[in-house]
Amino acid sequence: MDFPFLIDTLGKLMAALPTTLGLFSLSVTIGGLLAIGIVWMRVSGHFVLERFARAYVFVFRGSPLLIQMFLVYYGLGQFPAVRHSLFWPLLREPFACAVISLALCTAGYTAEIFRGGLLAVPAREVEAARATGMSGFLLLRRIIAPIALRQALPSYSTEIVLMVKSTALASLVTVWEVTGVAQRIISQTYRTMEVFLCAAAIYLVLNFIIVRLIGLWEHRLSRHRRGMPVSSLSKPLQAGGNLGDAS
Amino acid sequence: MTATPPTALTVRDLRKSFGDLPVLKGISLDAREGDVISILGASGSGKSTFLRCINLLETPDSGEITVAGETIAMRRRRDGHMEPSDRKQVDRIRSELGMVFQNFNLWSHMTILENLIEGPIHVLKRSRAEAIAEAEVLLEKVGIADKRHHYPALLSGGQQQRAAIARALAMRPKVMLFDEPTSALDPELVGEVLRVMRALAEEGRTMLVVTHEMGFARNVSNKVMFLHQGLVEAEGSPGEVFDELKSDRFRQFISGFKK
Repeated sequence: MDFPFLIDTLGKLMAALPTTLGLFSLSVTIGGLLAIGIVWMRVSGHFVLERFARAYVFVFRGSPLLIQMFLVYYGLGQFPAVRHSLFWPLLREPFACAVISLALCTAGYTAEIFRGGLLAVPAREVEAARATGMSGFLLLRRIIAPIALRQALPSYSTEIVLMVKSTALASLVTVWEVTGVAQRIISQTYRTMEVFLCAAAIYLVLNFIIVRLIGLWEHRLSRHRRGMPVSSLSKPLQAGGNLGDAS
Repeated sequence: MTATPPTALTVRDLRKSFGDLPVLKGISLDAREGDVISILGASGSGKSTFLRCINLLETPDSGEITVAGETIAMRRRRDGHMEPSDRKQVDRIRSELGMVFQNFNLWSHMTILENLIEGPIHVLKRSRAEAIAEAEVLLEKVGIADKRHHYPALLSGGQQQRAAIARALAMRPKVMLFDEPTSALDPELVGEVLRVMRALAEEGRTMLVVTHEMGFARNVSNKVMFLHQGLVEAEGSPGEVFDELKSDRFRQFISGFKK
C-alpha cells in the first residue's frame, strides 16, 4: 500500500468536495422548488397545466440525465439566440449547466414523490380543517403540506442520495468535482484502483452523513407514529374528568 | 315560562342531489339557542348529508342557511348549481359551527393539545397562551387532560372522539354539529362520549346530533327530527315523536332498535 499516495490523492479529491457539495445542494434546492411548482400544476385541475406537468415528468424521468446534461451544455450553445441571450453568461459555465440539468431532472422525480405524499393525505383530516374554517394557503401550510411531507420523506431521502451520486456526471461536462478530479489524477498516474476507491469512499461518507441527517429529520417528524412518551407511562391513567363523570 | 330564546340556526328548504339521485328533497329546521336536536333516519335517508350541507362540506343545490342571524350568501353557477359567493364568509361560518365527525378526524401529526389550539390560533387569531389555557380547561372537562401531549393514534376511539369534541369546543362555536359521533366506536366506548355530549346539552349548548343512539335522542334532546328518503317524516319533542308514533315509518324504524 502506498499510503503517501493515498493521502495525497484523498487531499486532492477533498479539495474538490466543495464543488460536489455545491452541485448537490443547489440542484436539490432548485429542483425541490421546481417540483413544488410542477406538483401544483399537476393537481391544479387545469387541463393545460396538468398536461404540461405530466409531459415534464415524462420527459425528464424518461431520458438519461447524462444526455440532458449534454443537451444543456453542448447543445444549447449551438443556437445564436442562446449565445446572445441574457442567460449566456450562465449557460456557458459548465457548473451552472450541470446544476440546471441536475435540478431539472430531479424536479421530475421529486414532483412525483411529492404528489404521492399529497395523495396520501387523509381526506378526513383535510375536511376537519375545512370545518374549522381553514382554506387556501393556511390549510396547505398547516395541515396538507406537513402531512404530505411526512408521507413523502422516505422516498424523498432516496432521491436525495441518488442526487449526491448523480453529481458525478457533471465531470463529463468539465466540472472539476470529486469524480472529475479523480479522472484527472488517473490520467496522470494510471493508478485507477486507488484513486477511484478514494473517490468512492468520499461519496460513501458523504451519503452516510446525509442519510443520518435525513434520518434525524424523519425521526423528528414521525413522533406521532411512535409509542407512548415515557413521561406519560409514569402517570396513572385517569378515568374520565369532570364532564366524563357528569351524568 | 321565559321568553323564547333567540334563533341560533335556520335552514330553509334545503335540497341536494348527487347526480340524478335526490338525497335531500326540501328540509327545513329551526334551532333556538340551547336546543338539542337529534336527527334520526335509516342509512341513506340523507341525515348526514343534511348536517354536512349546513357547514357547506357539501354544497346544497338550493335552500337557505342562516347561522346566528347571518345568511350564507349563495349564487347560481352557469350549470344551474349553487356555490357560495363569498369564500371568506364560508370560512367564518364554519369556524362558528363546531363539527364532530364519525371518525374523529383529528390531525394525526399533531398532539391532542396542538389539535385543540390549531383553530383558535390560526383561524381565530387568538394568542397562543390564551388558546393553551382554554384548551387545558376543555381537556380537563372531557376527561383527557393527561393525554394532552399524546398523538391521536395512541388514544382509544372514545378518547379520540372526546378530543375531537374538545377541539370543536375550542373554537367557541355557536352551534355544535355531531355526525354520528358514536357510530365508529366499540360498544364499551360509546358511553364515555355520550356522557360528554349529555353534559354539553345540560350546559345549554346548541347541538344538532345525527345519531343512532335512541336513548340520547329520547332522553337528552329536546327536539327529534326523523328523516325518510330525503324528507322530514316526523318531528317534534321526543315525547311526541317516540310515544305518539304518528308515523308508521318511524315505528318501523325504531322497532329495528328494540330487538
